[in-house]
Amino acid sequence: MGEPIITVDQLTMAYGDFLIQRDLNFTINRGDIFIIMGGSGCGKSTLLMHLIGLQKPARGEILYGSRSLWKTNAEERQRIMRRIGVLFQSGALLSSMTLAENVALPIAEFTALSRTQIRRIVSYKLALVGLAGFEDYYPSEISGGMQKRAGLARAMALDPEILYFDEPSAGLDPISAKLLDDLIHSLRDSLGATIVMVTHELPSIFAIGTNSVFLDPETKTAIAAGPPRQLLAESKDPKVIRFLTRDDGSAEAAPGSDTAIAAGVTP
Amino acid sequence: MNPPPAPSSWRVESSQSGDLELALAGDWTTDSPAQADPKQALTEIRRHRESRRLRLTAPELGRWDSVLMIFLITVIDACRDDRREVDTLALPAGIRALLELAYAVPERAGARRGKIGSPWLANLGKSALRLWDDAKAFTGFLGEAALSFATLATGRARFRKIDLWLNIQECGPSAVPIVTLISLLVGLILAFVGAVQLALFGAQIYIADLVALGMLREMGALMTAIIMAGRTGAAFAAQLGTMNVNQEISALRVMGFAPLEFLVLPRMLALILVMPVLCLYANLLGIIGGGMITIGFFDVSVTQYLNRTQEAAHLTDLAVGLAKCTVFGVLIAIAGCMRGMQCGRSASAVGDAATSAVVTSIVLIVVSDSIITLICDRLGI
Repeated sequence: MGEPIITVDQLTMAYGDFLIQRDLNFTINRGDIFIIMGGSGCGKSTLLMHLIGLQKPARGEILYGSRSLWKTNAEERQRIMRRIGVLFQSGALLSSMTLAENVALPIAEFTALSRTQIRRIVSYKLALVGLAGFEDYYPSEISGGMQKRAGLARAMALDPEILYFDEPSAGLDPISAKLLDDLIHSLRDSLGATIVMVTHELPSIFAIGTNSVFLDPETKTAIAAGPPRQLLAESKDPKVIRFLTRDDGSAEAAPGSDTAIAAGVTP
Repeated sequence: MNPPPAPSSWRVESSQSGDLELALAGDWTTDSPAQADPKQALTEIRRHRESRRLRLTAPELGRWDSVLMIFLITVIDACRDDRREVDTLALPAGIRALLELAYAVPERAGARRGKIGSPWLANLGKSALRLWDDAKAFTGFLGEAALSFATLATGRARFRKIDLWLNIQECGPSAVPIVTLISLLVGLILAFVGAVQLALFGAQIYIADLVALGMLREMGALMTAIIMAGRTGAAFAAQLGTMNVNQEISALRVMGFAPLEFLVLPRMLALILVMPVLCLYANLLGIIGGGMITIGFFDVSVTQYLNRTQEAAHLTDLAVGLAKCTVFGVLIAIAGCMRGMQCGRSASAVGDAATSAVVTSIVLIVVSDSIITLICDRLGI
């Protein structure tokens, strides 16, 4: 794939004295759909907070291109943050604004476009996520799935190079989750964006993930990394296998099971 | 790092096959210096009435983002309205995919709606009706609260005793500093206002009457109530409102707890128990505040002030003040809890609930205060 866009170097995350994860090393390449996975409470969302600059690492570095996210001044960090868009778990739309106002907020703030153009961009972004015509609705008036898609429209408002998703399919029915996966996939293809996703939805992981890192809550570090299908086929770590096969004891449940069996995976 | 953007440009020309061609070139990004106007392109296209097909091409397209997309979408929408066919096959794959996505989910019929604006007369009518609905809701809530008190009296009310103590702690001791400050100052102000007039007649000694009666009958209760409305009433509304947003109240209902007993009862009980005590304290502080001025500035000795206060104030005056304060406590608790329980499911709704809890409490306090004062006057208390 493309050149490295985000490099995580010896990252250690902690809340005060409470260690979350230590010595994380991985690289996200341009055009990747990168999955951060692991069991509940392993620090997936905390890692996301570190990547998007909301939390400071206890030790180590996060590099965007060749620029450090933290060893730099606030202005430079702001410039890096402008290149990213984030979809929070429940959409995080501002409840006192309509969907159109929510999406328009970053556009009006950070570009010099005219009002007509902003209105057109807002309608276009909402149409992309399948919410054409819902401009004047308030977040409380639409369903959870629609809120999530509206949140995606806002995350994409400034055409970011990197899109972060926190549990995008949590709380969605399987069909909506599949549609969202498709949407993410085609956004990656057409926008040339890089996608970083925190999720433990196996269907999504196998369907669209091109690379991944697996965090373990017990050893408090990453115990596996690589394309998800390859992990399933080649990993020898029982924890990883149990996660990727939903603890079925076999690889039957997961796609690509034939390769898993061929590789001699045993429960 | 990037080279400066080349200006975006387009041109319309007819090809040999009779099709119209719209060719895009340059950089189409949000930071381009000049933004192309789709209206000009459309006028140009509409000039060629004879051709029914428009081919979109991008021979020298540089960088692009949403700006290009909205240009294309505006052109395509207009062409479809004109029943002109649009051919996008010559566009780069990324743009084609995005266009496909944008048109993938057709607008749901009836979903779109304009900004809702209604004439002022309709708004006036609506607010009048809302007032009526509010009154009904308040009465209903009052009734339910009374019923839950009845359950409490029979000893079958279900709430956690620790909640009651926590609420008492929150309403009472935590409010003491602000009550101290305000009542001391109110007593002080009362003394000053009276003193300026009374000193003209050399009747400074009667400042004690003014302060004692003013604090006991009126100001002690009123000031305590207003402090508690702003402090505790708003807190009740915000707590219950947030619980509603988080579906905690629904969870309680499902588990078989009546929210009114479990959440509202301990809060009301706490406020009703604490208010008279706070009021008593406020009365004392007010009299001390008045004394500080009278004794310090107007040649009245401590003994004189105390004697005069004792003669002027009767137990009835104290009782009237405490009774008022208890009524205010009930009203604040009901207004706060009711607004919290009625709260909508969003951050702004919680803010609205807290605001309207304070407004409702203060209106109720002042109105009921006037009514009680009138009644006392008629009865000669």
